[in-house]
Amino acid sequence: MRYLHHQTADRRDMLASIGRSSIDELFSDIPKAVTDAFRPLGLPARSEQEIVAEVTSLAASNAATEKSCFVGGGIYDHYIPSLVNHMLLRTEFYTAYTPYQPEISQGTLTAMFEFQTLVCELTGMDVANASLYDGATAVAEAALMAERIRPKGKVAVARSLFANVRRVLDTYCWASEIEVVELPYLPSGQCDLSNTPPDASAVILQSPNAFGVIEDLSGVKERVGDALLIVAAHPISLGILAPPGEFDVDIVVGEGQSLGLPMSYGGPLLGLFAAKREYLRQMPGRVSGQTIDADGHGGFTMAAQTREQHIRRERATSNICTNSALCALAATVYLATVGGNGFRRLAELNTEKAHYLADRITSIDGYALAFSGSFFNEFVVRVPGDACALHQKLLDEGIQTEPPEPLRTHGLENALRIAVTEKRTQSELDRFVEVLETSGGAR
Amino acid sequence: MRTIFDCPQHDGSDGLFPTLDVPREGVDRLIDQALLRSNPPRIPNVCEPTVARHYTALSKLNYGIDDGLYPLGSCTMKYNPKVNEDLARLPGLAGVHPLSDAALAQGTLRFLHELTELLCGIAGLPGVTLQPVAGAHGELTGLFLFKRYFEDRGDLKRRRILLPDSAHGTNPASAAVAGFSVTEITSNDEGMLDLDALDAELDETVAGIMLTVPNTLGIFEKGILEITERVHAVGGLCYFDGANLNSFLGRARAGDMGADVFHFNLHKTLSTPHGGGGPGSGPIAVSEPLVDFLPVPRIEQRDDGFGLDWEQPRSIGSVHSFYGNVLVAVRAYAYILQLGDEGLREVSGDAVLNANYLQERLKETYSLSHDGLCKHEFVLSGRGLAEGISTLDIAKRLIDYGIHPPTIYFPLIVREAMMIEPTETEGKESLDRFIEVMERIAKEARENPELLHQAPQQASIRRLDQTRAARDPILRYQFPEGM
Amino acid sequence: MAYPVEYRYTKEHEWIAVDGNRARIGITDHAQSELGDIVFVELPSVGSSISAGSILATVESVKAVGDVSAPFDGTVIEVNEALESAPETINGSPHEDGWIVVIEFGDPEAINALLDAATYERFLDEG
Repeated sequence: MRYLHHQTADRRDMLASIGRSSIDELFSDIPKAVTDAFRPLGLPARSEQEIVAEVTSLAASNAATEKSCFVGGGIYDHYIPSLVNHMLLRTEFYTAYTPYQPEISQGTLTAMFEFQTLVCELTGMDVANASLYDGATAVAEAALMAERIRPKGKVAVARSLFANVRRVLDTYCWASEIEVVELPYLPSGQCDLSNTPPDASAVILQSPNAFGVIEDLSGVKERVGDALLIVAAHPISLGILAPPGEFDVDIVVGEGQSLGLPMSYGGPLLGLFAAKREYLRQMPGRVSGQTIDADGHGGFTMAAQTREQHIRRERATSNICTNSALCALAATVYLATVGGNGFRRLAELNTEKAHYLADRITSIDGYALAFSGSFFNEFVVRVPGDACALHQKLLDEGIQTEPPEPLRTHGLENALRIAVTEKRTQSELDRFVEVLETSGGAR
Repeated sequence: MRTIFDCPQHDGSDGLFPTLDVPREGVDRLIDQALLRSNPPRIPNVCEPTVARHYTALSKLNYGIDDGLYPLGSCTMKYNPKVNEDLARLPGLAGVHPLSDAALAQGTLRFLHELTELLCGIAGLPGVTLQPVAGAHGELTGLFLFKRYFEDRGDLKRRRILLPDSAHGTNPASAAVAGFSVTEITSNDEGMLDLDALDAELDETVAGIMLTVPNTLGIFEKGILEITERVHAVGGLCYFDGANLNSFLGRARAGDMGADVFHFNLHKTLSTPHGGGGPGSGPIAVSEPLVDFLPVPRIEQRDDGFGLDWEQPRSIGSVHSFYGNVLVAVRAYAYILQLGDEGLREVSGDAVLNANYLQERLKETYSLSHDGLCKHEFVLSGRGLAEGISTLDIAKRLIDYGIHPPTIYFPLIVREAMMIEPTETEGKESLDRFIEVMERIAKEARENPELLHQAPQQASIRRLDQTRAARDPILRYQFPEGM
Repeated sequence: MAYPVEYRYTKEHEWIAVDGNRARIGITDHAQSELGDIVFVELPSVGSSISAGSILATVESVKAVGDVSAPFDGTVIEVNEALESAPETINGSPHEDGWIVVIEFGDPEAINALLDAATYERFLDEG
């Protein structure tokens, strides 16, 4: 096997030096009943050339990449600057271990510190960790953290969270025996807080939510009693939207895939997590902190480690060990390359293009926005006739929308959720409209 | 240390995205003004060549597997094949949205399905989910399955998880997050689980046991079959932490040892990169009684191709946004296909040979926690090397010789522990150099201990003040006033 | 550092200075030396009632966490708030300025179970 160095003579010499006669003898400590029961996979070894051909062929049979992508739901088709990948391919970054030895990990630790800063800037919060697995587990971890701070055994969550995020939250809350109470939505698409239970440890909103509608966070904190207010935010939208930190929100989480990661059929992703400073000791995840070395030079090291599993074990704030470090690096390089001005322009491009498409679609008879609230780059339209048939028609014309079935869990029949990013050109947008106009739902 | 926020800024255009092609309305007319931000986030505007230099410089402050030996016990820092990086970046794989119709993602669904079958084969268990994205995540998912299993049977007294005192910190942490309490079982003088101590705890309040096989001392539990049998006899389940799979890959299967859940660390055993702390992938394989509870959706093969199966009413739900770390999984998939049965077997053969070779050569100089055959890793102690010298000092001095330190101060049951795992991708020359350096350091410890106390002196930075970082931590850049 | 003979001790390395039905509690020199530089102390609330064996306070260093257990049932009547801004006081003066809590307890017999200085020092020598 080509990743192994030893020649036959090496193995023989090494075995002799440890007083063993064969490699198999080194496994004599495994019970015979176990080694006898072993069955191989029936797999031959293959060459690199063959593997490349095989996997390339698999990739080629993913027809999704031939379509114009208008699918959203937390994962978006954004342009990734070339520099990001080139930095990620430096083996000192991607093959390195977790930075437990800070003197030889200043690259990773500095980038983590930069990432934490950028997350704080986007969200308007005091402290951020160096990533969690994804946006969904970040919401779950936030709920568990709220329960540790305010043990009540109950969280209230907006029905307008993405369905897949909600599913993960429900699973984690079931295991911790935390009751999940659902808050309905208003005709605007925003969360209806009028019946928020007074005895919840947390109230969880998403903004922009599953309908693409932006929640108005002003005054919400005052309405949730002593529950922690948790908001799941979308990082690109924070280029122009008021950050949750300005509204006394306690914890902000989010899915960071849009910050320089490909859609990846859903993984790896990037969990964002930020909180008020007073909750630092309850926060899950690794953090990089500033310090100095023996000569007084500035540097970074892992800080507040006593929260983590390798020290606190069953009393840790989370069981997380491996996180999404390299994805956090991607996000950091992405934001550095796009720059503050570029980021604002990016958010504007997304907004303008999405509203252009929404306007043109809703000018067609039978099409209307499902909700009246302001949106960023994603919206839901009610369509005349069968949404599934329309979805298929669009697909046949090279336009990919999300299958309509999931919207039904939010109570929406015959509707399509549509996301528009800076990658969708005017001609793609006009083509979308053209297909709708000629599909039988037109004037 | 300079951050991106310290780099000089410019006011040129980003030049990354085209100018707006649709008619401009103005964001403040399209979105309710009350929702808009008035202060932009302080993302720096640094010119691309400077960004490139900055991150390139940062990378050079790191130590990667291509720089040298990385003998971190229980981390399996083996060579990460470069071909896997190319495959994971194929646009046809990277550019697919997870909410695509299954018909548009047949290539990915096919390999995910095949990978689940390969992992079933390696584990010797009938069901696999790829959703967990780290070992600890796999542990949590497995424990969720335990909980659901007992709930389903109406057996609600099962609140305790047993684990050895040598367990990795994520094990008790995961048990706690899953709502269980933890009972530690002591290890005996041979470093194995004390069976009498185990028997004393086995009753019907035990949901199960979490074991690392081989254990964190690098020793294979010779009583593994007795242990799993006894736990099953009281109606409990057995979780196997598969972090140490590199030691028996291609030679033994967890399912044959009595495991009900076995987690893989693709970023250890199956060569996917560690990434400076992630992303990883922690799929779990499960025994027949637990299959129905696996997370949704499951990847299934139908007559007309591959798809996602959501019709699993007894499932625990989901533990990930989608289907797990797909692009990490493809690297492991390619690795298994390259190796084949013979390659998998050679991996554990050389991994265990290398560890035993180092153990034999170092046990004269350093005190060995447990003598005898080890598997792919072993534990030394820095205790007794020289007056006033700690394992930390030895570790920092290794840095001056250009070698990444081993895992230190773990497992907790060995004082001043150093856990060493060379992996199979180290050659004899590299191993002999490590031995030579460790012997040099032992000599320095006795004759010139200041070299160790002051180490490292050859890295980009000296030993860092951990206390200062921990006391009132500074976790974000302090922008100058007025920014 | 000498272990004050007028104090009592536990095998969990706490010292207890008894005055009538009040006990001032801290961690011993041995404990602070094992923990290393202390960076954070989590104190209980004044007025909270505690039961024997429960966790009264936690003391964190960079790499370890030490639990301070209640040696008997009682009520917390005072906490050393100075430790919030200067946790390192415990390292410098573990038996005096580094005191952690004062509890009021009901059962005078409870003290008898505690070790005296000589027994504690012997216990340290054996370990």
